[in-house]
Amino acid sequence: MRKLYINGISSISPQNEAIFKGSTPQQYENNILPAQAQDYKSLLQPMMLRRMSKGVKMGLFCAKKALDEAEVKIPDVILVGTGQGCMEDTEKFLSNMLESEEGLLSPTSFIQSTHNTVAGQIALDLNCNGHNMTFTQNSVSFESALIDALLQQNDQNIKNILVGGVDETSNELTGFQRLDGQIKKEGHRNLELYSSQTSGTIISEAAAFFALGSEKLKHSYAEFKDVEIINSLDEKILESRIENFLKRNDLLVSQIDAVILGKNGDIRFDQYYDQLQNGMFSATCQLGYKHLVGDNNAISSYAFWLASKILKEKKIPRIFKLNALNCARPRNILIYNQYLGRNHGLILLQDL
Amino acid sequence: MKGIAVTGMGIISAIGSNLEEIYSSLISGKDGISYPEILATNHTNLPVGEIKLSDLELSEILNLPKAHFYTRTALLAMHAIKELLKKSELAQFPEDTGFISGTSVGGIDKIEAHFYDFQDIVEYRKYIQAQHPGFTTEKIAEYFGLTQTVTTISTACSSSANAIMMGAQLIESGRLKRVIVGGSDCLTKFTLNGFSSLKILSENKNRPFDNDREGLNLGEAAAYLLLEAEDCIKGKPVLGRVKGYGNSNDAFHQTASSENGEGAFQAISKAIKKAGILSSEIDYINVHGTATRNNDLSESVALKRIFGRNVPDFSSTKSFTGHSLGAAGAVEAVFSLLSIQNNEIFPNLNFDTEMSETGLTPVTNFQKKKIRTVLSNSFGFGGNCTSLIFQKDA
Repeated sequence: MRKLYINGISSISPQNEAIFKGSTPQQYENNILPAQAQDYKSLLQPMMLRRMSKGVKMGLFCAKKALDEAEVKIPDVILVGTGQGCMEDTEKFLSNMLESEEGLLSPTSFIQSTHNTVAGQIALDLNCNGHNMTFTQNSVSFESALIDALLQQNDQNIKNILVGGVDETSNELTGFQRLDGQIKKEGHRNLELYSSQTSGTIISEAAAFFALGSEKLKHSYAEFKDVEIINSLDEKILESRIENFLKRNDLLVSQIDAVILGKNGDIRFDQYYDQLQNGMFSATCQLGYKHLVGDNNAISSYAFWLASKILKEKKIPRIFKLNALNCARPRNILIYNQYLGRNHGLILLQDL
Repeated sequence: MKGIAVTGMGIISAIGSNLEEIYSSLISGKDGISYPEILATNHTNLPVGEIKLSDLELSEILNLPKAHFYTRTALLAMHAIKELLKKSELAQFPEDTGFISGTSVGGIDKIEAHFYDFQDIVEYRKYIQAQHPGFTTEKIAEYFGLTQTVTTISTACSSSANAIMMGAQLIESGRLKRVIVGGSDCLTKFTLNGFSSLKILSENKNRPFDNDREGLNLGEAAAYLLLEAEDCIKGKPVLGRVKGYGNSNDAFHQTASSENGEGAFQAISKAIKKAGILSSEIDYINVHGTATRNNDLSESVALKRIFGRNVPDFSSTKSFTGHSLGAAGAVEAVFSLLSIQNNEIFPNLNFDTEMSETGLTPVTNFQKKKIRTVLSNSFGFGGNCTSLIFQKDA
């Protein structure tokens, strides 16, 4: 089977990418974390920018940066995972429609409310006629896109695949998540997320995109090995499912050098991670990221970004660490994430 | 390569709530276009392909408890998948069955109904997650005990066609043995007003490929196929094969199709290549044919580019069902398989005059014809173009 190399990466999140180099982390207290501002104009046309929602902006910007780094002009495939999709425009059209009681409406926000707007806009910008897919399945939206990456690379003509995760927030629709217990009731400092004894989490807007290629470059980051999604599972069999996943990739638990966990401070569901921390990965270097970038349906793409950085630079910044164990030479990194106890995702990356 | 076996199907649409009803409508030319009665909208002058069962009636048919959290899209999907299950001779789906659902609307019906209530009325808050289409898919999965590979594709009007393509690839690659693929979308005020704001809804019954077509009628539907790997078939009847598929992006405009139909042209070309057939082997095309001025012209141009002067028999069955958005690809996959099974072409209704630009004439009357290979097109917003090729089991 052909290999898939991570040849370009880019992330926009509530933290700067420089956090990997040790810059001071951004702190938030109101449980909805905005993405860091970017110089969007450097890559996107100002006229287009004005019409773009945050998700489209972040997605297109990251896509271009990742492709640039991989020296790819037009990828063969564009894959996007986005849970909530284009919430800003959905909310805009919905509230205009309700307020006007189905009166005369401008189509602009309706046009841009479609879930595949980001993937479509990337294709439009790059003039890319290739396979173009958008997945939206809660916390495995990005993982679903990764599955498609593996499927598409079975075609020998496919050389470069752009894959990414993006989710934006909007006032009302994201605000509703405070009402149904998804977002913590009381304002919570992001850096103290894991010591929270309450339900709910902190939600964010973010995007991360990757240029995957069948050819290894001098500056490639890592190899994307495998991915699996499991819609629902009993906590008791989580460990055996992970073992099977590793076995499929000829790996033992002891060969995992670092595990990146999607722990989000929700006391109702963090036991999935606790179990792994105290169980099969108790002797493994454990990392977390949601205390820095919050949670959203495509945030595992941030973990993918983090794993890529670690495998290339062979270092693990302390700010991500959940335990005191070190890992001198990270080779295999496992990413595990779930949301509200459902939609479990496993991703495996390997060094070159 | 034989293609991936289709071993089951289930469907509900405006022309019937099961395969038999739908088949009988198709052969007798009975459309399901009417004015909205179930959808509470002010646009009562806009014809739709509406399923005349309320959420409550659908819930009763499905024996659901009164207090449930299913969106209408989920109810329609469950109805269709239940039919699939019943006809499959399975008591329930095996544990390793995957589920890939396509939807554009998802649970927007619940969000638009309760947008102003969430703040004050606690009991509606169970629908807050419905904003996310994956929530609808997850509830359907839960109902059928599907716990493994479950995901949602949302690429507007090609969503369920893409779900079928992905399912076929999952089996081909050996990642799955068995997968339910298809899609569901219900009528909502959100989409009806959205398409109305784009001024592409017709105030009359839609007339695909007609020179004087005025736009589309929105519809609602759910349709699903069961795809199985060879070693699972074990003598079961095979309804047809997913022989080819291809997705391509038009990369022209967020909602409009290009003049030269590039996306459609490339999607069809890929599907033909994947199927390993000659374009002349295609016996019938179930076209996307939404009856908008833009789509039908662009699709005609693409067809002429592929087939030259020999465009195969084709028809748009959206004249029966309306355009059921994310579900349309799966609905038309079922129709394509019915064509193959029965050696019949279902007509393109309401057609009178050929388009001046391309002069193509669809099949306008029910026709008996030997059908081995069918091409089915589904194109969506975001330039998303998908073509599927179904073939009779050899």
